[in-house]
Amino acid sequence: MSESAARLPMQAKPIEATKPARNLDRFGVPGWLQAMPLGLVFAFFFVVPLILVVIVSFWDYNDYQMMPAFITRSYVESFDGCWTNFPDCTILRTYLSTAKFCLIVWILTLLIGFTVAYFLAFYVRSQTMQMVLFLICTIPFWTSNVIRMISWIPLLGRNGVVNQLLVHSHIVNKPLEWLLYSPFSVALAFVHLFTFFMVAPIFNSMMRIDRRLIEAAYDGGASGWQMLTNVIIPLSKPGIAIGSIFVVTIVMGDFITFDVMGGEQIASAGKAIETRLNALQFPPAAANAVILLGVTMLIITVLNRIVDIRKEL
Amino acid sequence: MNEGRSPAFYALAAFFCLFVLFMYGPTIVIFVLSFQGPSGGLTFPMNGVSVHWFEKLWVGGGIVNIWGAFGRSLELGVVVMLLTVLLSLLAGLAFRKRFRGSDLLFYVTIASLIVPSIVTSLGIALEFRLVDDLIKKYGPEWLTDGFHTSMGNFTSGLGAHLTWTLPFGLLVMFAIFNRFDSRYEEAARDLGATPWQTLRHVILPIILPSLVGVGLFGFTLSWDEIARSSQVMGEHNTLPMELQGLTTTVTTPEIYALGTATTGVSFAVIAVALFAIAILRARQTRFGSDAGKA
Repeated sequence: MSESAARLPMQAKPIEATKPARNLDRFGVPGWLQAMPLGLVFAFFFVVPLILVVIVSFWDYNDYQMMPAFITRSYVESFDGCWTNFPDCTILRTYLSTAKFCLIVWILTLLIGFTVAYFLAFYVRSQTMQMVLFLICTIPFWTSNVIRMISWIPLLGRNGVVNQLLVHSHIVNKPLEWLLYSPFSVALAFVHLFTFFMVAPIFNSMMRIDRRLIEAAYDGGASGWQMLTNVIIPLSKPGIAIGSIFVVTIVMGDFITFDVMGGEQIASAGKAIETRLNALQFPPAAANAVILLGVTMLIITVLNRIVDIRKEL
Repeated sequence: MNEGRSPAFYALAAFFCLFVLFMYGPTIVIFVLSFQGPSGGLTFPMNGVSVHWFEKLWVGGGIVNIWGAFGRSLELGVVVMLLTVLLSLLAGLAFRKRFRGSDLLFYVTIASLIVPSIVTSLGIALEFRLVDDLIKKYGPEWLTDGFHTSMGNFTSGLGAHLTWTLPFGLLVMFAIFNRFDSRYEEAARDLGATPWQTLRHVILPIILPSLVGVGLFGFTLSWDEIARSSQVMGEHNTLPMELQGLTTTVTTPEIYALGTATTGVSFAVIAVALFAIAILRARQTRFGSDAGKA
C-alpha cells in the first residue's frame, strides 16, 4: 500500500496544498486549465444543485408538480406547530433526536478512534507494521456499508448469537428485544461504520508530532498521562477536529443507517427529507435540506470555535 | 517513550485487537452464514454447509434482476475510477502552481465531502428534472420524440458519484505532491525536457503507485455508494441500492450470499490494487538507480 493513500485524505492542509512548487508556475499547461475539469464537475454537480435546492425551497407545489414562486410555504409547513406548541413539534423533536445520536456517536468514535490511533502512532515500533495495521483498519472502509449493517442481524437478532449466549448463560430469561431495530443498533452501526473517520485524521496528526517533543517531555519527568494530556492531545487537535466534523455531519445527514438499523421506526433529519422526496414533494424536501444544511454549518462553526479557542489558551 | 514493553502497551494492544474484531467480526459471521444449508435460517446454528444460496443467487431466483444491478454498478465503478484518477491527477498538478480561484476550488471540494449526501442528491435530482422540463418544452423534435428523462446511471448518477470520490482523490493527490521532491522535475527541465516529457517520464513513474491508490478509492467508494445515488439513478438502481431494498423483503440467507459476493468484489479490487502497488514499488527500488538510462 502506498503510504500516502493509506494515510488518507486528511493529510493535506490548504496552505501546503496550495503552496506552489518552485518555479513551476510558468512551466507547461496553466494551472487553471488543469483544474478546470474537476472544477466543472463540482460546478455542475454540486454548486448549481445546492443553489437549486435553495431556490426550490421557496417554490410552491401541489400533488403533481412544483411551481416557480417565491413563498415560504414549505418552511412554514416544516415548522408546523412549533409556534403554538413550542417546544413540542415534529421538526424540533426530530432534530433533538438526531442531535442525541450525534453526541453519543461522536463521544464513542472519538474515544475509540483516539485510542486506536494513539496505539498505532506511539506503541507500534516498525513503520511497516504501522502501515499494515493501519491498512487493516482501512479495508472495512472500502467495503459496503449496507452489508456491514446487515451483518449485525445474525448477531443481534431475536435468535441471534448475542441473545443465544445471554439466554444459555442464564443472564436473561428471554431474548432481549432492544438489540436490533432500536436506537441501540443504530448507534452501534454508526460507531462500527464511522470510527475510521476518526482514526485516520487523528493518526495522521499524531504521526506529524515531532518525536523530540515527546523525548523532551519524558526527559522533563512527565508521566505517561501528563505526556498524553499536555503534549499529544493538544498536538492531535487538528485531527480530532477533522474527524469530529466528519462524524457529526455524517450522522446528522444520514438516512440509510436509521432506515436499515432502526427498523424504520426512528426519525432523523435526513429521513425527514427522504420522506418528502418519496412523496415527490420537492419544495418541502428542499426546505428541509436547507434547514439541515444550516444546522450542519452551525455545528461545524461551533466545533471550529472550540478548537480555536483552545488554541488561544 | 516506548523502550521496553510497558503495561500500557499490552492494554492498548488488547484494545486494538478488540477493535479489529469489532470491525471484521460481523462480516465474517455473514460470510460463514452465506454457506448455510438449504434448510438453514438467518441465524446460527448452521443446518449443514452448502453453496445452495449462492446457486440460488446465481440463477437469480427470488431476487429480481440482481445481475443487472451488479453489472451496472461494476461499469459505473470502473468509469468513476478512471475519471477520478484522471481529474484528480490534473487538479493535483494544478494545485502545485498558482492559479486564480484555487482557494475557492479547494473549499468547494471540502464542502462536497461534508454537505450531507441526501442534500447533494436532492440538488442533482432537481437539476435534472428542470433540464428534462426544458428539453420537453424547447428541445428539437428528434430529441423530445420519446424522450423520458436525462437522468441515468451515466449522467446524474456518474456526477453524484464523482462529487463523493473526487474530494478523496484530490486529498490523496495533495498528500502525494506534499512528499514529492520537485528537484526531479527541475533536473528534467534543466536537461531540456518538455513539460509533457517531464510528466510522462519523470512525474508519472514516480507517483504511479499512489495513483493506483486513488483508483482504489474511486472504485470502492462508487461500488458501495447509496446516499448520493438514492435520488439520481433514474430507472435503474445500482447494486447497493438494491441490497438496501432487499434488507426488508428477503428473509433467507440468500441476502448473505449476495453480501458475500459483493464484499468479494471489494476484496478482489483491494487485493489487486495493493498487489499492483507492491509490484510497482518493488520495480521502483530495483530500477531506481538506473533512472534515465532506459
